[in-house]
Amino acid sequence: MRLVRFAFWLLVARPIALVVLGLNVRHRRWLPKEGPAIVAANHNSHLDTLVLVSLFPVALLPRLRPVAAADYFLRNRLVAWFALNVIGILPIARETHGGRDPLKPCEEALDRGEILILFPEGSRGEPEVLGRFKRGVAVLAARRPEVPVTPVFLHGLGKALPKDDPILVPFFCDVFVGEAMRGDETDFLAGLEARMRALASELPRPEAHETAASR
Amino acid sequence: MFAALTANAAAFLAGIFAILLLASLIVFALRRAHPERDYGELAARVNSWWVMAGIFAVAMALSPTLSLIFLGFVSFLALKEYLSLIPTRRADRRVLFWAYLAIPVQFWWVAIGWYGMFIIFIPVYLFLLLPMRMVLIGETAGFLRAAGSLHWGLMLTVFNLSHMAFLLALPEDVNPAGGAAGLVLFLMFLTQFNDVAQYVWGKTLGRHKIIPKVSPKKTWEGFVGGIATTTLAAWLLAPWLTPLVGWQAPVAGLLIGLAGFVGDVNISALKRDLGIKDSGSLIPGHGGVLDRVDSLTFTAPLFFHYLYYLHY
Repeated sequence: MRLVRFAFWLLVARPIALVVLGLNVRHRRWLPKEGPAIVAANHNSHLDTLVLVSLFPVALLPRLRPVAAADYFLRNRLVAWFALNVIGILPIARETHGGRDPLKPCEEALDRGEILILFPEGSRGEPEVLGRFKRGVAVLAARRPEVPVTPVFLHGLGKALPKDDPILVPFFCDVFVGEAMRGDETDFLAGLEARMRALASELPRPEAHETAASR
Repeated sequence: MFAALTANAAAFLAGIFAILLLASLIVFALRRAHPERDYGELAARVNSWWVMAGIFAVAMALSPTLSLIFLGFVSFLALKEYLSLIPTRRADRRVLFWAYLAIPVQFWWVAIGWYGMFIIFIPVYLFLLLPMRMVLIGETAGFLRAAGSLHWGLMLTVFNLSHMAFLLALPEDVNPAGGAAGLVLFLMFLTQFNDVAQYVWGKTLGRHKIIPKVSPKKTWEGFVGGIATTTLAAWLLAPWLTPLVGWQAPVAGLLIGLAGFVGDVNISALKRDLGIKDSGSLIPGHGGVLDRVDSLTFTAPLFFHYLYYLHY
């Protein structure tokens, strides 16, 4: 099973991320080198997970756990097998039933030294639009304040494979890594959102060219 | 192993690597002489040349098929970069998908040597097919801009660049000295050499701006000096690599020099319009793929038709 997982990431996922798409990565040095760590990214496409995992060295693969909604990814046996064994997701419940703590599996994974990949927007949402972050990431970070939370801004993947279309169209995509935050910073969630917006502003903006051209 | 290369082409390839070796030694010497200055950009540029020339040389030396695949891949990278830069409509995703599929088809016409299809497939059939696909989707807002900009990019990155590949499909007996690979090497080397020559002449003697609104660093001195150098190089190299004789050789150099300049500023104008500096970040020290193949998008079709008219 481990072999299937390595084969998928090396022979399918990486070629898609690096050759079919092509990544323009900025500040790669700010990615966590080891676990425990949290990588928080904006979410527009199924390709997001694929790209984020491909940023890390293959040796870290067993420690990388994309956090994903159990109701969606465990909806049938085939998808569940693929999600759990090949992608290696950490399934969590989107809704709390019966007083169970949905963040418990995340804490346990961090305690095992794993690197969690999570999408604080919750779902893929409108392509290429930055949605509001949900509280979960802040709660988790506050419970494990020593674990670094690295923001990553992804751009272009919603164009390549948006939510409502199964056809992948190649585009170069931007991956901007931010400096890590700590869970005990005051107003963590607002800080994380601000960093994400700062990373997004590194994109060359169309307004900038209007003024440059009219000069 | 070197079945695809004639002795002249192989010797010329070796010469290119000798020039790169010299460039690396110069960078090394500069760093020793002026440790306080930053030559990172220059060193990255030379190193990228090694990688690009290395991949190209291996493909050329191993087989014509591999060379075709390599050139097709360059077209793919250039088109992908173009489509990533320009604003595209979300409704057109399927149309863009068809545009990408045009690449393997176009290079397939090259592989089977079907000149008639190669020369009309993109200018006629895709010109008709892509807007039809757009109309079937039914989004009319921005239709002209979407249809026009897609076809412009396809012509530049796929149709024009594929002329370089068709040099490989030309009959070998016309050019026994250089072979098919000799023609590609001649075009590729002179185009890139012209870029470097215009840059060096402009850096050393440049005073008078030639086209300040589009490319403020380009000068008349760089333009004239570069073209003169390229014309001279073409005159010296042509007998070894091409069937061009007499006045045909320096005129080919003149053509490559002029077209290379226009191809370069053509992409500069595109980037200026979009408000960006480099077309991408794939090639360290150079920028994106479009930044590197900009001159080739103009020199490849013009050199091809010049040669085709005279000798094939």
